[in-house]
Amino acid sequence: MDTYGDLVAAEDVLLFVNAAITSTGQREFHSDAAEQRLSLDFLHAYILGNYRELYAATLALEINDHNAVLIVRRLLESSAEASAEQRRTEGRLIARRLALLPPQRVYGLFGALRRAKVNNRRTRAVIRDWIAARPDPALDAVKYRGALKQAVRHAHLAPAATELGGFLFTPGRAARYATPILESWRRAHYQRSALFELPYTVAEGFAARQGVPRAEFLERIAPRMTRLEQLRLQESAGRLGAGAVRADLGRMPLTRLASYVLALPVADRVARRAELTGALRTAALRAAGGQRGRWGRVAAVLDDSFSTDGSGAKRRRPLAVALACHHLLEALAADYTGLWTSGRTDPLLARPSGPTPLGLRILDALDTAPERLLIVSDGWDNAPPGLAGEVLRIWRTRLDPDRRTAVVHLNPVYDADGFDVRRLAAGVPTAGLRDAEDLPALVEFARFAEGRTGLAELRDHLAAATGRFLAAPDAREAR
Amino acid sequence: MSTLDLTGLTARPSQVWGAVRLVPLVRGEPVEGLRLHRLVGPADAELGYVPHGFVADWAQDGTPAAAYGTQLAAGGALPERMPLRISGRTGGRRTRLRFLPQQLAVDGYLARHAGGPPIVWEQWSQRAVRHGLPPRAEEAYQGSEVRGLADALRVFELHPGQCGLVVYVADALAGAFVVPHPEDYRVLHPTLVLDLYGELIHHYATYMAPVPEFRARIPGAGIRSLADLRAAARRQESDWAEFHGSVLAGGLLGPEHVVRTLYRMGRFTLARLVPPFAPKQENHLGEAILDGAGRIAYLKTFRLSESQVRRGHLLDRLAAHDWHLGDTAAELGLSEAQLGLRLESAGFGSMLRQDVLDGYRSGRG
Repeated sequence: MDTYGDLVAAEDVLLFVNAAITSTGQREFHSDAAEQRLSLDFLHAYILGNYRELYAATLALEINDHNAVLIVRRLLESSAEASAEQRRTEGRLIARRLALLPPQRVYGLFGALRRAKVNNRRTRAVIRDWIAARPDPALDAVKYRGALKQAVRHAHLAPAATELGGFLFTPGRAARYATPILESWRRAHYQRSALFELPYTVAEGFAARQGVPRAEFLERIAPRMTRLEQLRLQESAGRLGAGAVRADLGRMPLTRLASYVLALPVADRVARRAELTGALRTAALRAAGGQRGRWGRVAAVLDDSFSTDGSGAKRRRPLAVALACHHLLEALAADYTGLWTSGRTDPLLARPSGPTPLGLRILDALDTAPERLLIVSDGWDNAPPGLAGEVLRIWRTRLDPDRRTAVVHLNPVYDADGFDVRRLAAGVPTAGLRDAEDLPALVEFARFAEGRTGLAELRDHLAAATGRFLAAPDAREAR
Repeated sequence: MSTLDLTGLTARPSQVWGAVRLVPLVRGEPVEGLRLHRLVGPADAELGYVPHGFVADWAQDGTPAAAYGTQLAAGGALPERMPLRISGRTGGRRTRLRFLPQQLAVDGYLARHAGGPPIVWEQWSQRAVRHGLPPRAEEAYQGSEVRGLADALRVFELHPGQCGLVVYVADALAGAFVVPHPEDYRVLHPTLVLDLYGELIHHYATYMAPVPEFRARIPGAGIRSLADLRAAARRQESDWAEFHGSVLAGGLLGPEHVVRTLYRMGRFTLARLVPPFAPKQENHLGEAILDGAGRIAYLKTFRLSESQVRRGHLLDRLAAHDWHLGDTAAELGLSEAQLGLRLESAGFGSMLRQDVLDGYRSGRG
């Protein structure tokens, strides 16, 4: 039997998980970056202070990179408060999570630890292990030169290869390097052809210094770009006539792809309809994996109101998530109906505009008698306000008391004022959503948000998630 | 005398941000034949209008000019305008559309609306243009100074077919704005933050707590099917429109306004709406363009402050008695000298001859 304190604890942890999934400390449509950070910082401090173990365990969930870094940082800062047992679990979680994070995030974290003067033994060990596990130290030394140098210095490490030490700390002394990439870096200072052997971000600076025209630079550096760099630069390179920058859309993750599609002008989307739709479907099928077609009759209400425009920092993010969910649910369901709040029917041409008449659209969705109803919206139901909540409440209490339809609300936007994602109705679970790919896991997690499951079950769930997270080495890299 | 009639416009659910409540007005069909003038708007039509106070480069030679009073012009013709000299600091270089800094506009409204002896009025409005308002005149604030209004307009989600907006601050009606076509509205929506709002509105916005949303509420009893639920949800919408028209906007739609026709062009009439100047009540001045059937194609209102109402009331009574001081004083239950001094304190001293005024001051009048 749960005590009142346990219920509060479960609720606190759930809202923290929602925040850690959705908030990136950037400006949103309704609140600015400072409000987001302030609100998020409070939650981190509060959960760390009260539920340290659960706080660390959230590293095993589908939280976003920004919050993963913040959690690791706070855990390392407060090492002295942890017991030996806690440190052991935390250490494994931290190592696992850092291995999954993009390297620039981790170097950013090390820099933040250095600025905060956190240099306990555990921190140094974490830095040491992570750097030792890097697949290509020379590449890191070139690509993240300053960050690696600071990290090595901060953790009192000796660089792996002798040549690296000289490269980092006394550049310009060596007449030549034996490692090819270091040698390319040295030659790129004066030789134009050498810079095309470097990673894109490093080569960009050299190209500017040597006056290489942008079009020529992009054309020749294309093979050295990462796939997200290719996706990001494809359009601007195309305008300059550098056709070599071609992202393979079939390999892109679903939500990124949706963002890319929504950034294209409508005329382009129409002209490339088959290609774009095909790529979205492929990505969705890949994300659906083994659950493909297993969800039965599914209806979705997808928000494309003006507020899904996001902000300058997160352009059209909520709309991109909705578009990605549309395709993913299409892949998951045997029979799928997707309804946009604006009433438009062509998902490829979605654009953020108009009010949010969620209530009426939910009624339309319930008309199709679905087994599952998913609502993807930022929760600003305004035409009229609160109608969605009323419709769902009456549906639950009067029309469907034995729960034949499972309703879940997924919210891609963190509400800084409420310290949580905005909810629609008390009886309907709401979960934060960052990437559409996490949708199946989050729908499962959302049952905790109904307030019917207690702390014990939540602990079990987190323990199971932690176990899976630590055991499966490649679970997340697969996507 | 007639009341404002918003036939053809439906109020949609309000959107609340802090103390600001914005109520969208939606048209089923746009009004044909009237669009924002092609110099400032996106499209061409046989007739063009330019809202009051709108500044644009109309002579096409880089000198800005303002519409002084809403203008109505045939599509090709240039509307009447007032050349402006804008000092460098306020942005002479900027060519973006904007509204007049409002010293001019509010008193311009009063001056224009009250009518009165034309010769003196010209003199008076010149003085107002040159020296600003008389020292006692109340302040008007630009929308950007009204706390929360800029954000409220930014996060507002436009409805399809939206042709108007009613702005409430702390649930006091600050102004209504209606245009004939949704595209015009889209262009003009951001300019609402450049509009002027009275002192009352500014204070309310600063001191009031957030206003509540009118959340939908459906009683569960009697609902047995999805169709029942849908009907109940639909009823929420019509209930709201009715509530808005009768209660929230009651101060604007209820009282009878004097509709002063300025001129006709085609089937449209440009008119000024003069409130009854009833003290201690909501009084909204406005300009409207009405179509042949008397429906509103364009509307812009400004809420007068209490002292503006008193001044308007004075001028109104004077005009009713053909500018005869003695008769007016008798109606108001004052002596002629008291009325004269009241006129002076209201900023209308220059309407009286200096020796007469001196006489009133010394108590001999």
